[in-house]
Amino acid sequence: MEIIIESLPRLLGGTFITLQITALSVLIGFCLAIPLAVLRVSPKRLFNLPVYAFTFYFRGTPLLVQIFLIYYGSGQFQEFLDSVGLWSLFQSAWFCAVLSLTLNTAAYSTEIFRGGIQGVPAGEIEAARACGMSGLRLYRRIIIPRAIRIAWPAYTNEVIFLLQASSLVSIITVMDLTGVAREIAARSFAFYEIYIFAAVIYIIVVYGVLWVFKRIEKRMNTYLQTELP
Amino acid sequence: MPLIDLQGYGPLLLQGAKLTIYVGTCSMVLAIVLGLIGVLGQLSKSPVVRFLVNTYTTVVRGIPELVLILLVYYGVPTLIQDVSAALGSPVYVALDPFISGTATIGFIYGAFSTEVFRGAYLAVPKGQLEAARACGMSSALTFRRITLPQMMRYALPGLGNVWMVLIKATALISVIQLPELMRNADIAARNTRLPFTFFFAASLIYLAITIVSNIVQQWAEKRANRGVRGA
Repeated sequence: MEIIIESLPRLLGGTFITLQITALSVLIGFCLAIPLAVLRVSPKRLFNLPVYAFTFYFRGTPLLVQIFLIYYGSGQFQEFLDSVGLWSLFQSAWFCAVLSLTLNTAAYSTEIFRGGIQGVPAGEIEAARACGMSGLRLYRRIIIPRAIRIAWPAYTNEVIFLLQASSLVSIITVMDLTGVAREIAARSFAFYEIYIFAAVIYIIVVYGVLWVFKRIEKRMNTYLQTELP
Repeated sequence: MPLIDLQGYGPLLLQGAKLTIYVGTCSMVLAIVLGLIGVLGQLSKSPVVRFLVNTYTTVVRGIPELVLILLVYYGVPTLIQDVSAALGSPVYVALDPFISGTATIGFIYGAFSTEVFRGAYLAVPKGQLEAARACGMSSALTFRRITLPQMMRYALPGLGNVWMVLIKATALISVIQLPELMRNADIAARNTRLPFTFFFAASLIYLAITIVSNIVQQWAEKRANRGVRGA
């Protein structure tokens, strides 16, 4: 018990890193996924095929491989990366962690939002067209907002998965919650105490994030609710 | 061509891939068994059993796989040592990476397949159960003859998804040094100093496993639904 109280500040620091890396990846991933999803549903092969290849690769391989490919694999291209001035970025485990988590969640989210876009009722699109909207405006005003609402429950799951998957960054030495727990456990041999405590923190954070996303969902769909009795 | 030449480490990767599939299959069997036990527990009349199953699925789905793998592999032996020492007769145990890895992955995905089976159970029309009862079948017989076969059909797509996630999660067992695909790719990458080559090769093997699983899943779903009109 003492060991937990002693290491509490460090574990909370690790929790902050976990949240920071997850939040950054989710935000950037979201911004990538929406345009990618639009390209993915495009009837033009030139647009949808590269996006499909991207999502297929990142959804079909383990995240751990992706992290290793970016962090260790980049070393094989050191000269090239050095010549374009990006090598220092790839030397940072934190940068590689965020990059791989971002690409991973972008791939999963693209497919989730593709489902959302395809789930938009045809009547709403027809109505928008009848009002004279087309192209980007139709997407911006009608399809995307509706698609996000439809896809939100699935997207919530993806965010939870990413939050948990972010524990993998501890393998490439990032000191997130798992990283800190592993270090303390290895030094103190208090394996189960520390890991159980880390697990409890994860559960709290996971259900906290879940609660926030449910609130957002409710907020987005307020217009659907009938007058409360 | 640096991307294709595996420097003689090809067989090691294939060996690892075999172990990955083996670990994945064992974990999946365990997950299905736990899922069935879980869903029976959720349907149980006893509130204690229902509470236990719900706690299991809620807690397990809230913890990262990696943390659970580390907890089981490093934590359980020390816990046993501490408890046995407190009882006066210290026992020293070390877990095998294969057993603890498979057990942990199976335990985690058992929670996910519990949810899959629950959905499948609810999808079986109630009239079928009433008809079985009317024919004089006991509840155990009804479950075995009527519910289970139909549940499996509804559960197939969900179980397929669980398998896809599970087989990728087995890569995490490399952290506790089980020589599966990821671990062997790591060894090859270190020895040859060609990390990109080997991790990319490993990723292609995982991709191949995914593609084959997809084909098998489609075939299985088609076969399971062959008695359904319009499917």
